[in-house]
Amino acid sequence: MFRQTDRHFKFDWVTIILFLILVVFGWMNILSASHIGTTIDYTNFSQPYGRQLIFIGLTLILIIFILSIDAKFYERFASLIFIVSMLSLVGLFLFGKNVNGATSWYGIGGMTLQPSEFAKAATALAVAKYISDLNTDIRTFKDQIRIFIIIIIPAFLILLQNDAGSTLVYASFFFVLYREGLPKIYLTLALTLVAISILALKFGPIITSVLAIVFIIANYFIQKKKPVILQPILTVLACIVIAFGIKFFYQNILQPHQQDRISLWLRLEKDPQKIAQMRRDILYNLYESEKAISSGGFSGRGFLEGTRTTGKFVPEQHTDYIFSTVGEEWGFLGSVFVVIVFVLLMLRVLKLAELQKSQFSRVYGYSVASILFFHFMINIGMVMGLIPTIGIPLPFFSYGGSGLWGFTILLFIFIKLDSNRINEW
Amino acid sequence: MRQILLFISIIFVGILFIARLFFLQVYQDNTNNLYEDNAIRKVYDYPKRGFVYDRNGKLLVSNQPSYDVMVIPREVKPLDTLEFCSLLKIDKEQFITTYKKAYTYSPRLPYVFLPQLSKEDYAVLQEKMRKFEGFYIQKRSLRNYETTIGANVLGDIGEVNQRIMNKNPYYKMGDLIGMQGIEASYETTLRGVKGIKFIQKDRFNRNIGPYKKGKFDTLPESGKDIKTTIDATLQAYGEILMANKRGGIIAIEPSTGEILSMVAAPTYNPNLLVGRDRSKNFTKLYNDSIAKPLFNRSLQGVYEPGSPFKLMNALVALQEGVISSDEKITCYAGYKYGNRFMKCHCRSGTRNDMVHGIQESCNAYFATVYRRILDKPENASLGINVWSDHVKSFGLGNFLNNDLYVGQPGRIPNRDYYKEIYPKTFYSTYTISNAIGQGEVATTPIQLANMIAAIANRGYYFTPHIIKEIKDETLDLNYTTPKYTTIDKQHFEPVIEGMLNVYTHGTAKYLQIPDIEICGKTGTVENFVKIDSVKTQLTDHSIFVAFAPKNNPKIAIAVFVENGYFGSRFAGKIASLMIEKYIKGTITRKDLENFVLNHSLEDEYAKPYSGVPFKINRGTTLQTIPIEEVNKLKAQLTKLEP
Repeated sequence: MFRQTDRHFKFDWVTIILFLILVVFGWMNILSASHIGTTIDYTNFSQPYGRQLIFIGLTLILIIFILSIDAKFYERFASLIFIVSMLSLVGLFLFGKNVNGATSWYGIGGMTLQPSEFAKAATALAVAKYISDLNTDIRTFKDQIRIFIIIIIPAFLILLQNDAGSTLVYASFFFVLYREGLPKIYLTLALTLVAISILALKFGPIITSVLAIVFIIANYFIQKKKPVILQPILTVLACIVIAFGIKFFYQNILQPHQQDRISLWLRLEKDPQKIAQMRRDILYNLYESEKAISSGGFSGRGFLEGTRTTGKFVPEQHTDYIFSTVGEEWGFLGSVFVVIVFVLLMLRVLKLAELQKSQFSRVYGYSVASILFFHFMINIGMVMGLIPTIGIPLPFFSYGGSGLWGFTILLFIFIKLDSNRINEW
Repeated sequence: MRQILLFISIIFVGILFIARLFFLQVYQDNTNNLYEDNAIRKVYDYPKRGFVYDRNGKLLVSNQPSYDVMVIPREVKPLDTLEFCSLLKIDKEQFITTYKKAYTYSPRLPYVFLPQLSKEDYAVLQEKMRKFEGFYIQKRSLRNYETTIGANVLGDIGEVNQRIMNKNPYYKMGDLIGMQGIEASYETTLRGVKGIKFIQKDRFNRNIGPYKKGKFDTLPESGKDIKTTIDATLQAYGEILMANKRGGIIAIEPSTGEILSMVAAPTYNPNLLVGRDRSKNFTKLYNDSIAKPLFNRSLQGVYEPGSPFKLMNALVALQEGVISSDEKITCYAGYKYGNRFMKCHCRSGTRNDMVHGIQESCNAYFATVYRRILDKPENASLGINVWSDHVKSFGLGNFLNNDLYVGQPGRIPNRDYYKEIYPKTFYSTYTISNAIGQGEVATTPIQLANMIAAIANRGYYFTPHIIKEIKDETLDLNYTTPKYTTIDKQHFEPVIEGMLNVYTHGTAKYLQIPDIEICGKTGTVENFVKIDSVKTQLTDHSIFVAFAPKNNPKIAIAVFVENGYFGSRFAGKIASLMIEKYIKGTITRKDLENFVLNHSLEDEYAKPYSGVPFKINRGTTLQTIPIEEVNKLKAQLTKLEP
């Protein structure tokens, strides 16, 4: 299939090296977080660290496979891939296996496969395909709705499987759409919605409404070109409805454990003793992961030396909370290293995306960067207690075959597309 | 803008994460201290606490096992509370409140549910313990006092408090530490070093295995046994004699500085401060603000020394050459200075040389001597500093810097001390009360005993101490090097002669012990208290200092009996009896012993609190003790017979 003998040298090796660093360092931390007692048997495939070795091995095969396929294949079959992926999500309702309350897995023999991890790449392909279509104009409402439907289908299917965290990742496509020309008003609306929600929860809907009114009136008088008087009035009404709606949503629709997470995050509870109690009981995972990270100090306790990691104090430490292992064993230095490698990887992908000549490749690359960014932001933010608990994996790092393969496919399709850049002329 | 939104977001989140990491890992204080790591279980191995022996090898303090019922609330499973409570001999309410307390303290950490079970309760409980998950029994070692003597000397151990733990990280919650007496001053010797095992645990609090294969684990080191200088028999005898009185006895071996006995009355049974009732009993003793049983009067009681201090003035005068021992000074039943007069009990016209001055405790003699000392240099300001330095060389006016856990410096004034009251002019007459040991001088009984030891040694002393021997250790040089006073050796003889005469002809002539040449000095000290803010005089304190025998002294002693009236009435008798007991082992002066045992000063002590007017000194009548009580004391005495 290689048309030129030096083809593989055109792959972006910077990205590949950053990817390898994350996978290898990730595995080392999985080893720390999952070995039992003081003995390590690398060939013990019943343990996460052993299984992850197999997953990594299979990943390498997968990479060769992805890179071998003609770049045009992905664009041509984007729609088909998306449909197959959506069917695999629907199939979960019939054949899915329930693990921890979420029906996100297929059980095949001793293995489990999580189709939602692959749906991200599929959706990115579909979005890229649709936007790059010559007939598509994202500034029109019709196309906005269509793209929105493409994105909302996997998000909705995943939400039905009770995996709210993975659903949230689909919000990352906002960056892609915005980059491709989505009107500014959506950004304004999104930011306003977030601001009003936080204000309404923190200070109550009445104060929030008053603030909104003051802000909008001031804005009205500052503007030189006065809009119709109805517009600010409607905006004010909308703000008030949202403010009260959010409060109602928080109090009556959210489940108690979700309320507690938000309450703690926004420091709604004032009594320090009660906060401490809540942190210990409700946010036990976060409490332990923060402690593990803190205990690492500047230089960490050393590989396989973390006492909290060895003692399995942080639940799910080898999956969603893997970053706390880095924090404890590698300290500030190691954690910053991981953050920087992630940032470099995302920026690299972003830069390559901007360099693409074809819109399909650019949109796809942008989607890759956005999805990675969302995972990075939510996962590490959660482990360090910056945002409420939302369970999604850290790309390339967390234990799990589906996750690793999903992200590998996502990233390496782009590397393949990028390598084909020259042929686009 | 459209191109850079994601770019900026990535950079922003990256910086935010690094900032958060900096806060969590660098800014916050995270000492990588194994001891504070709650992922590591610290299992302590407590060594045996060293035993305490008296100078003759008699065991005074040993150990006894005790059993605490511990609870880890999280691990508690539903249980038959009724059965459990009846086994522990508590009621259900107590069970519930203690359990709640334990839970509030921490659901995960062990909490002492019921401390110090008796051996019998333990035996019954132990078999059924497996039925009560989350509860377990922890063995501890407590002190066992073999005798009832020496509570103030031996001290006690108790659980460390937060302040101690902050100061010394060796101690952890629930550890025991010496609180008073020898237990406190020789804490590190007696306790040894506890061993520790670090065990990695998981989040379910289960042990996974030794942390780093036991690299940091240590073995316990046993506490060392200690031999004290206390003579158990003499100590017991002193405590019996001091029954129903308040005050202190300090006996020192002059040739070594070893403290033979240190009685503080009233005393208490040291076993009161062991076991389950420790805190209850301690509070009771602590709150007794009238008798103050925890107040070690022989170490902490600061009193005006009275007449025994005249010995000091005599020595300083001889050293300074302001008088010879033969010079006679006339007493006019007192001493006139300026237009004031210091009374004396000598017949007017009596002419005393030094020996007779001491023998008769002549106030006029010592007033004269004291003024000559102060006036020898060009002015009394210099003179009093010379005097003060001589006196301080006997260890007065300063902490003795020894191994006793408590102490008081007392007070020996110099010119600086008087700067406040006499800023400009300063004449020797201003401080004339110091001549007879009243006024501004103040000492503790142990300082007086040490002064007598220095006189007995004719010019030097060893810092009084309580430690005789620690296995494989040499004693602190501070206790084995003599400290020389500023008085030359030859000046002691006339003073000692005077002290001998106190026994043969003077104020203590009825207290003689056959075959022992005792040198002593009585003291009677006026004292006052405020009752309803009115300064009221109480019956004088009875003081006596002595050493014996005159040549080659074996014992120097200071006895202090609060409100005992004149020196020979109580303190002198007790001193003589103690000397006889120590040197001969048996008592021939049974009459003295009977007097001391038969009389109590309790009603004297009650007077200031009675609220009614009362008489003092000559106006008092001695309270006699009911015969049963006396017989009890005598029964204790017979146990001391060799």
